[in-house]
Amino acid sequence: MDYFLQQLINGLTLGSIYGLIAIGYTMVYGIIGMVNFAHGDVFMVSAFIALILFLILTQILGIAAIGFALLIVLVLGMALTSLWGWVIERLAYRPLRGSFRLAPLISAIGMSIFLSNFVQLMQGPNNKSLEPILTNVLVIPMGAGTVTLAEKQLLIMVVTAALLAILWYVVQRTPLGRAQRACEQDRQMAALLGVDVNRTVALTFIMGAALASVAGLLWITYYGVVSFSDGFVPGIKAFTAAVLGGIGSLPGAVLGGLLIGLIETFWSAYFSIDYKDVAAFSILAIVLIFMPSGLLGRPDVEKV
Amino acid sequence: MGPLGDAIKKALLAALVTFGLSFPIVVFVTSVNLSNQLVLQQRWWLAALFAGAAFIIAFAIAILRPGGTERAPLTTVMSTAPPHPIIRALPRVGLVFLIAYPFLVLLATGNAGAVKWIDNFGIQILIYILLAWGLNVIVGFAGLLDLGFVAFYAVGAYSTGLLAKTFGLSFWILLPLAGILAAFWALIVGLPVLRLRGDYIAIVTLAFAEIVRLVLVNWVPVTGGYAGVSGIPAPSIAGYTFTMGPNNIATALGLPPSPLYRLFFLFYLILALVVLCYWVTTRLRTLPVGRAWEAMREDEIACRSLGISIAKTKLSAMAAGAFFGGLGGAFFASRQGFISPESFVFMESAVLVAIVVLGGLGNMMGVAIAAVVMIGGTELLRELTVLKRVFGQDFDPTQYRMLLFGLAMVMIMVWRPKGLIASREPSVRLGSKPPARTGPVTVPAE
Repeated sequence: MDYFLQQLINGLTLGSIYGLIAIGYTMVYGIIGMVNFAHGDVFMVSAFIALILFLILTQILGIAAIGFALLIVLVLGMALTSLWGWVIERLAYRPLRGSFRLAPLISAIGMSIFLSNFVQLMQGPNNKSLEPILTNVLVIPMGAGTVTLAEKQLLIMVVTAALLAILWYVVQRTPLGRAQRACEQDRQMAALLGVDVNRTVALTFIMGAALASVAGLLWITYYGVVSFSDGFVPGIKAFTAAVLGGIGSLPGAVLGGLLIGLIETFWSAYFSIDYKDVAAFSILAIVLIFMPSGLLGRPDVEKV
Repeated sequence: MGPLGDAIKKALLAALVTFGLSFPIVVFVTSVNLSNQLVLQQRWWLAALFAGAAFIIAFAIAILRPGGTERAPLTTVMSTAPPHPIIRALPRVGLVFLIAYPFLVLLATGNAGAVKWIDNFGIQILIYILLAWGLNVIVGFAGLLDLGFVAFYAVGAYSTGLLAKTFGLSFWILLPLAGILAAFWALIVGLPVLRLRGDYIAIVTLAFAEIVRLVLVNWVPVTGGYAGVSGIPAPSIAGYTFTMGPNNIATALGLPPSPLYRLFFLFYLILALVVLCYWVTTRLRTLPVGRAWEAMREDEIACRSLGISIAKTKLSAMAAGAFFGGLGGAFFASRQGFISPESFVFMESAVLVAIVVLGGLGNMMGVAIAAVVMIGGTELLRELTVLKRVFGQDFDPTQYRMLLFGLAMVMIMVWRPKGLIASREPSVRLGSKPPARTGPVTVPAE
């Protein structure tokens, strides 16, 4: 029982990170119908940005309060990663609106290759590992054994929940959210009614990148290690999460993220750690083939 | 503010944004110090360099194209004019050149230099041309973006390696068998993806290819895991081998021993496979099945309403492309004598997709030229000692290869979605001769 609960906590932590990345996939897919293949690499870039900002604050500026440093990293990292998201959309995707169907996807694959190799060139091919931070743990007695809840796990879940609440408010209650939902339904009609479609799409990319940057910071805090190739597999898993939850649906992305995190953790804990990525990829294939609209998504009706 | 002022404003903005992008990730480089701690080194000059470059590029674009960036055309344009005579002659001229290539190299560089030029350039590039043409059938002709082509390559290579080692089958049986097994794998992958839309196909094929790779890594008793399969016998003709050792064809004919015989043999073997691929695919294109591929690429719904079976069309395209991938894999396995999962990573698929995209989706000569430029170009860069003198001794152009590939893919999609080389040729024309109207006929996209 305690082992099960421990894995549950670990799975939910990992799932929160996947959920945050998955939102970026699902929002972009919802609004312009493209798989933003480079989103996983934006996450990787943001993890590097967070790592470097943290080192600047603690080593060069000498800030000793870890919590304060992390807060600054969070805000600055979101801003800098948003800039990446905005530039990528502006240069690689916006000129392709109205081009043939596969063009944005091919461009996104190119962007993904570019980003991972750019970071490799700039920062070197090695794993970058940080000394563990936030090492406090809560030990909860549970039946015969104990369950440990690390401070950073708690932090990850709280931050994720808070951000989701903010995101939910933005999408449901603000003019920007209304514009986004309008563009999602019919971009041409929205444009006719005075919605600035380009601006709305750009802001969607910025929001996705900002959430990915939080995921990047949480990743650095949780694992303490990142390398240039870390965008690919977490990116695919987050995409799987988005698809599993129903692509285009925000609650779906979070639900999918948590499920993927739990499946991966339990698979590693009870079956074999070697095949944990196979499990994620298989779920992706199975979901896309047998229920392409996911758990909470609407079926994709083909109009002629 | 005149146009010049506008241009300067835009350029300054671009420089500022570039500086913002490069602020943490370019300016600070993380490295590990002696006590195994991660420390930062500062590199402001590089960020300034990037910002300066962005300023110049943005300024040039703003001056040259004052109307803002050009939008990609909203329609796909299919030229109905007959192709340029040079392009029409290219396959024949290219073939003659390739047949003469090993001898030309031998004349030009002598025995020692020829090894490198035939192996690194000739054989390596021809393998990529074969694979890219295989992928071109799937992506270029049928319009199914396959991000997992390397799986077919892996199936071909591992079936050759394992069957040759376990059952001692000859290369000449394994070569077609590898192609057929890869085509079967394409059917297995293809059946479930039949109902999916374009970008989902890309993701599912990617997932399947990763599953194949992870199984190759983890199923150690059969595949050897990371250690791979080694000692795969080299191809032989009528019992005579081309490698050093007993039963060598050179000693049988009384010739002096040299590693070149093996390279010559491998070169002409892969050249024959490439020619076979060209011959088969150009013919398939004009057959009903090939026309159905291209029709499906242009409009799937219209195709279905005209009674073309989408299932059959998709599966046949995937199987045909995979067959050539399998042939490439078989050749690769027996050329190297050793295969491991490292050769079948996603990046290989990405390189192939990049080559097909850069060559102009569906344009066979364009794809071949793109393969020569991309694969040969980076090998050539490595040869240039001038670059080493400029950038320092540890300069390795292969590091920049993928960076340029990625950048080129984005730029091609933005500026020339039809590829660098030429526009796609319609394989079937209405009537016996080209219509009188020679201007471009526009076909609405989607």
